[in-house]
Amino acid sequence: MDLQFSAEYETFREEVRSFIEANRDKAPTYADKGMKNPKRLAWQKLLIENGYAARTIPADYGGYGAEPDILKSRIIAEEFARSGVPGGLAGQGISMFVPTLLELGTEEQKKEFIGPTLRGEIIWCQGYSEPGSGSDLASLKTAAVIDGDDYVINGQKIWTSTAKYADMMFCLVRTEADAPKHQGISYLTFSMETPGIEVRPLVDMTEAAGFNEVFFTDVRVPRNQIVGKPGEGWFVANATLTHERGMLGNPNAAVERLFAIADIMHKETLNGERLIDNPVFRDRLVKLQSKVYAMRANGLRITTAATKGESAGLAGLIVKLQGCELNHQLAALAIDAMGELGALYGQSDYLRDDGTWQAKYMFDLGLIIGGGTAQIQKNIISERGLKMPREPKVQKQAAKA
Amino acid sequence: MEFALSEDQRLLADSIKSFLDETVPLDETRKVATENDTAVKQRMTEGLGALGVNQILVPEAHGGLGLAALDAALVHEALGFAAAPISFTGTMMASRAIAEAGTEDQKADWFGKLVNGEVRFGIAMTERVNVREGAGLSEEDGKLSGKALFAFDCDDATHIITADQSGALYIVAADAAGLTRNDMPNIDRTRMMSELLLDGVDAVRLDGENEPGNAAARVIELGRVLLAADTLGAMQNMLDQAVEYAGGREQFGRVIGSFQAVKHMCAEMVAEVEPLRALVWHAAHAIDTDPDEGPVLACLAKALAADSGQFVARTSTEVHGGMGFTDLVGLHYWFKRIGLNRQLLGGPERVREDAAKLQGWAA
Ligand SMILES: Cc1cc2nc3c(=O)[nH]c(=O)nc-3n(C[C@H](O)[C@H](O)[C@H](O)COP(=O)(O)OP(=O)(O)OC[C@H]3O[C@@H](n4cnc5c(N)ncnc54)[C@H](O)[C@@H]3O)c2cc1C
Repeated sequence: MDLQFSAEYETFREEVRSFIEANRDKAPTYADKGMKNPKRLAWQKLLIENGYAARTIPADYGGYGAEPDILKSRIIAEEFARSGVPGGLAGQGISMFVPTLLELGTEEQKKEFIGPTLRGEIIWCQGYSEPGSGSDLASLKTAAVIDGDDYVINGQKIWTSTAKYADMMFCLVRTEADAPKHQGISYLTFSMETPGIEVRPLVDMTEAAGFNEVFFTDVRVPRNQIVGKPGEGWFVANATLTHERGMLGNPNAAVERLFAIADIMHKETLNGERLIDNPVFRDRLVKLQSKVYAMRANGLRITTAATKGESAGLAGLIVKLQGCELNHQLAALAIDAMGELGALYGQSDYLRDDGTWQAKYMFDLGLIIGGGTAQIQKNIISERGLKMPREPKVQKQAAKA
Repeated sequence: MEFALSEDQRLLADSIKSFLDETVPLDETRKVATENDTAVKQRMTEGLGALGVNQILVPEAHGGLGLAALDAALVHEALGFAAAPISFTGTMMASRAIAEAGTEDQKADWFGKLVNGEVRFGIAMTERVNVREGAGLSEEDGKLSGKALFAFDCDDATHIITADQSGALYIVAADAAGLTRNDMPNIDRTRMMSELLLDGVDAVRLDGENEPGNAAARVIELGRVLLAADTLGAMQNMLDQAVEYAGGREQFGRVIGSFQAVKHMCAEMVAEVEPLRALVWHAAHAIDTDPDEGPVLACLAKALAADSGQFVARTSTEVHGGMGFTDLVGLHYWFKRIGLNRQLLGGPERVREDAAKLQGWAA
């Protein structure tokens, strides 16, 4: 066990810090709204040029082209989180689609899409879930039938985050109607402006319209816009799902959140006493700190395994389950610490942090469900991690009875 | 020993419930929450008024129904179950305030007005529990000044019951000179909270009590039980919805309710709902009949409702998968109702501290 970074890495850390200090004023803030806000795009460009975003993606495809170095990536993430300056753009295009293309895309696809996606010029949405296919994603029904040089798509997606603003969708469709359910799926990409696509926003419990229903009526997509081979979409999608689950439950975000709450508890008073002086609330805070630090240390373990090219095993499998739960509980504490004022949501002189803690409390429950529900995570942990027997398949009629 | 509702209580609960079933479908709640449709609200308030809900805690001698806190709690359970975008908590707490602190003349006067439907009360007593942002009221020459936060039911009240820093209770007119009311929009769009700013506002002091603070404590104790009952009703509905959804939704070729994981979520919800129902009934009964245990039970019921409610709110949402997170099934109206009730008149930590103090376990 050695928690010191070697001199090379300490020097690197200094470089990152001085970059951040020197360029802080160029960083976009909360007020610079809009996914394609010029300030955001300029910041992303600067980060890529300096190797603080798209770091290991080959320069030919628009990245910085550094050798993969997990520790350096980690240092970058830590320093940006510490400084409160936003890091590189995230989102489903950069976090999920780009890694998938790198792994499984054709040279042409990589050249066409990776650069503009990294620069934030193309926004992607993920068209996987359907009304009848959530946890059981492989049962999806949206059909794509070959007609000449095109696929013709008919069907419906749901819960499609950011579809309203997205330029492109990566989408799972059924191309081989008669194949076993995991083998009849293909992975297509297309512009959201293709004729026949209708996007209807869905309001969620936070009152935002963050996701959408997407309807396809005879949508024609050229056959070469497939990633992987026909019928291999499930395999391609699983490459991205792994990236998604790595993204959810990130311990760095929980550490930040914990200290934001400690800060609130130093400022807020209840009956003349600071919350941080109230032993009950303080105990709740410190109890969560144990969990947050445990997940942070767990993250270090995973990083080390990754640097050695090893699997992190169970330590990796629990991240989504525990990380999302922890974030939800942190938001719950922030709300309780503010008491009545914590229930505010909407314009008021007493509203704290723009109501963000209520929004987080609800959204994190959404994340406990999205990207594979907590129950599905537990199935995966026990079946794949602990090698426990799978649930026997039950005949449909018997299950209904 | 018979721990059960009486025939009359069951009838009361059923009549309120069926009225709400008919009058408050989710679409109507939505209209109030998203369009602030006051006509809908008024229709519901009047309908329940006609069923006598305003008069439940008004003594028979003053023309009321002369019922007990348990009956008031049953009404709240039904309101929570329906996620009704109306509230009677203020009026019921006001009845208690007048009964506990009013002189005989004041009782005759205000109960009379309540029974006639001339008045509707809001409550501004948060500062008896939690003081934040320097809130609190003080009295000078019969006039109140200061501010009160998170006052409830004040947006459509004619009068407001409040307390000064000594705990003495007052009635002020909602349109009195020197009184400003500002909205405090919160997660529950069906119930508006208010900030009240008072600058020398004429106030009628409820003069019938010897020791200021006692009546206020009794009012808050009732409020806590009613909020616990409201949460209980909301929990029951969320549980029912989860069981129903799990029985219809299919994944992997089976109804999801056939997965043990889903069944266990539902069973765990029941295991929270049932004991809470018993505790709420017990507390509601005891605050009328047992001066020793009643106050403690009221705190315990409020605290348990907060925690069990939080569990059921998130678990039912989880059973619904992504659907639970959207506005489509409207599950969030109950989720947020439970979330707001949790913070009103003291969150669980705060209320448990009161329970400890009442038992001499804390200074
Ligand atoms: C905030 C958010 C963002 C999202 N973004 C996107 C997106 O961008 N693109 C996209 O395609 N999708 C997205 N989704 C959809 C998400 O992936 C699904 O909601 C999720 O996979 C669950 O599917 P479902 O909603 O159909 O629930 P269901 O699968 O119907 O699940 C209902 C309940 O049954 C349980 N259950 C189901 N199967 C089993 C089993 N085998 N064992 C035990 N329990 C089981 C579940 O755990 C859950 O409690 C998003 C969802 C959320 C909440």
